[in-house]
Amino acid sequence: MRSRGPATILPLVRPYRISLPALAAASFALVTLALALVFFVVPNDADQGFSQRIFYFHVSIALTAYACFGLGAWKALVHLWRRDPRADLESYVAVHQGLIFGSLVLVTGSIWAKISWGHWWLWSENQLVLFLVLFLFYAAYFMLRFSLDPGPQRANMSAVYALFGVVLIPVSFLAIRLAQRFIHPVVFTRHGPSFGGWMLVAYCVAQAAMLVLAYTLYRVELSGKRLDAKLRELREVLV
Amino acid sequence: MTTAEKYVTAAYCAVFAIVLLYVVIIALKLQRLEREVEALAAREEQAAPVDEREPAQVG
Repeated sequence: MRSRGPATILPLVRPYRISLPALAAASFALVTLALALVFFVVPNDADQGFSQRIFYFHVSIALTAYACFGLGAWKALVHLWRRDPRADLESYVAVHQGLIFGSLVLVTGSIWAKISWGHWWLWSENQLVLFLVLFLFYAAYFMLRFSLDPGPQRANMSAVYALFGVVLIPVSFLAIRLAQRFIHPVVFTRHGPSFGGWMLVAYCVAQAAMLVLAYTLYRVELSGKRLDAKLRELREVLV
Repeated sequence: MTTAEKYVTAAYCAVFAIVLLYVVIIALKLQRLEREVEALAAREEQAAPVDEREPAQVG
């Protein structure tokens, strides 16, 4: 007779207020609205012309990537504080989302740089280089995580690493404001955004769309990871 | 189509393609999990008759 063992499966599932289909529908609606505003409503920029339209998604994606890394660090802190295995998984998924959105920032930024400055990349620009440093720092998070065996040690080391990385976010964000010489545009100043009207509306919708999209993808990936973990534990109990 | 329009289209297509690639990877992973659940359920079904036999009275 097979031994079933005690019911040791961890309660990895956390109840959420908003269902995944509702989030997916909201993401689709917001992204469609943002694209419609960007391509059919917003006027051409006086300085950059049509190419400025990359701004609406590029900046929104960049701020969303910062938010994902911030969430990853917060969940890492929760894990170190409460030793909650759910927080470790959530931190990992948030950092993964941040990396995906970070790659989108680099791709859209390079294309925009090519139109505006005539170069795909400029090593002399602090904002660009610091974002790349932040991106590579979090890319190394996965190298660290997968070089260790699963368990409390891996969770703790990953959490500490994710927490350290969050320091780079304000440095990356403020680099352009602290630089003496730069060509990267600054649109958010101490006196508010340097644009208004439909441009501001389109930016706000695009920002909301990216945040909701990131949260939807975060929830989808988290569901998959939790299912994977549950299945692994179930197999160990049954076999 | 102007050069600026081509670059802007390329940027938005790149965003769409990367997000789509991510969704495809997640879908493939969920398919794998589904197969594993089915395999586990099939194994349980095969083992069930042995466990669920009712005790017979002897004598």
